[in-house]
Amino acid sequence: MNHDAYPDNYIRGILNSVKSIAMVGASPVNVRPSYFAFKYLAQRGYDMIPVNPGHVGKELLGKPFVASLSDIGRPVDMIDIFRNSSHIMPVVEEALTLDPLPKVIWMQLGARDDAAAAKAESVGIKVVMNRCPKIEYGRLSSEISWMGVNSRTLSSKRAPAPTQGMRLSLNRMSVGGGDTAASDRAAKNKTGQS
Amino acid sequence: MSDRLPGFSTLAVHAGAQPDPTTGARATPIYQTTSFVFNDADHAASLFGLQAFGNIYTRIGNPTNAVLEERVAALEGGTAALAVASGHAAQVVILQQLLQPGDEFIAARKLYGGSINQFTHAFKSFGWNVVWADPDDIASFERAVTPRTKAIFIESIANPAGSITDIEAVSTVARKAGVPLIVDNTLASPYLIRPIDHGADIVVHSLTKFLGGHGNSLGGIIVDAGTFDWSTGGKYPMLSEPRPEYHGIRLQETFGNFAFAIACRVLGLRDLGPALSPFNAFMILTGIETLPLRMQKHCDNAKAVAEFLAGHPAVASVSYAGLPSDKYNQLARKYAPKGAGAVFTFSLKGGYDAGVNLVSKLQLFSHLANVGDTRSLVIHPASTTHSQLDDAAKVKSGAGPDVVRLSIGIEDKEDLIADLEQALGA
Ligand SMILES: Cc1ncc(COP(=O)(O)O)c(C=O)c1O
Repeated sequence: MNHDAYPDNYIRGILNSVKSIAMVGASPVNVRPSYFAFKYLAQRGYDMIPVNPGHVGKELLGKPFVASLSDIGRPVDMIDIFRNSSHIMPVVEEALTLDPLPKVIWMQLGARDDAAAAKAESVGIKVVMNRCPKIEYGRLSSEISWMGVNSRTLSSKRAPAPTQGMRLSLNRMSVGGGDTAASDRAAKNKTGQS
Repeated sequence: MSDRLPGFSTLAVHAGAQPDPTTGARATPIYQTTSFVFNDADHAASLFGLQAFGNIYTRIGNPTNAVLEERVAALEGGTAALAVASGHAAQVVILQQLLQPGDEFIAARKLYGGSINQFTHAFKSFGWNVVWADPDDIASFERAVTPRTKAIFIESIANPAGSITDIEAVSTVARKAGVPLIVDNTLASPYLIRPIDHGADIVVHSLTKFLGGHGNSLGGIIVDAGTFDWSTGGKYPMLSEPRPEYHGIRLQETFGNFAFAIACRVLGLRDLGPALSPFNAFMILTGIETLPLRMQKHCDNAKAVAEFLAGHPAVASVSYAGLPSDKYNQLARKYAPKGAGAVFTFSLKGGYDAGVNLVSKLQLFSHLANVGDTRSLVIHPASTTHSQLDDAAKVKSGAGPDVVRLSIGIEDKEDLIADLEQALGA
């Protein structure tokens, strides 16, 4: 996979197929991005599991925290890593010990570890880096358009009026793969420098 | 569902819009409402905390305006946009996110006269200090950079004389200085020039002009290119630091490559208040659907009129970058190959009096202070849009006393030429 620009169909396929998501680094603090994403994905019908050793014994929106991936005790489809780039590898290594393996490993906006990605991909796991699943879900469903964001999708179909907790269709026509060309170039240059 | 890129005209009609989920209305409805009902207390809290997508109050966002925002973002190739009440309001909102009192920004000297006034006087009173540079001398931008510089501002096609700015050269200076490049793309519209493709980090428009295109609605828009890293060195605290207005959210960290547009909305528009009326957003959206058709006709007409004027004995000179002899023709070929826009100036051998005489004799051209209308427009900048500048500054910004500015409409070019011919001849 070219991790500089994901085709929309790749992201769409992931968000349409996974049902359970373990979020590593989920925070109970309601101004942290992980809290935003956890809450949104739960509202859109995903089975969310908060993973954070610092909060075991507490709950995040009614879901009990677990200390580590191996403590989940049931299969998970996707692991969403809310840690910065330098903390990715150990999480991926732990994920690779799970049985069955997760189908997807997703690294948050700003996080990228190409070596960890290659490791996961070598055993058939799909990888997404430097993206937010909330933003991508909002974009492909066009729900994010309420905020003036370029969803880079079009549709001439009448969508049902969205209600709370409803799954939205992500099957709109894409107007170009990945991110906008210019912001992709900028992100790539940034990664190259750091 | 293949990932193929639709063309500009398809985006001009479709981007951002879809049939209304509730009624099936195909044209974008005018959501003429101040506020939106919450589902419950938790939903309200999520919206106020920026945790959920949705509508609260039209000063912060409105569904009609959102369609306009996404459409212009798509046409410019940006990540997001924010529509506001006017082009000038957009400029205030942009700089509020970037400058603290005592900071500086560099601006090209060739700008719309109203922007020169806004920067010189209004912004000065906010402690935002403009430093002027000459768009024909790129080194003058480099010389103007100081540790307090926070942004560079240029026009792609500059009002009034239609000169073309070397966007890539200025963007190199901005990148070296570590500041964003803001490009006012009003006179080009994304049909002619997409500044983001040439290194702009923020694009701003007066929607009042070619995008709306019919001279009926004020509006402005800010497009975030998603290209600038706001996190470095605490230089842009509105984006990189925890915001007390939102219980400590860091906008760049939360919103990634559209954080600037979000900052403009939730820290700028929300607190300064220049909201765009949904009715105006609807009018402008309708205008944008025909932007590619209109803009090409504007340019083709402008070239024909400029050629006519260049050959007329009463005319001393014509400043139109679409003419092969023009100083900016090379830049026009590079940046605006479809046409050099439709706003330009010419000067009359008879000077100031001849200019006044011409304006009074024209019958199709309207004498008014606007550009980018379907109708052809004429003005004498020295006595109107640029009247507050001193004589030297007038000449430097391309608005000397003998200069007349035209904004060419989409009428039949033969009729425009005939009108100019009768007015010049008598
Ligand atoms: C190039 C340019 N920028 C900005 C503006 C200001 O826009 P508004 O009148 O919508 O505030 C104008 C208006 O003439 C303009 O020509």
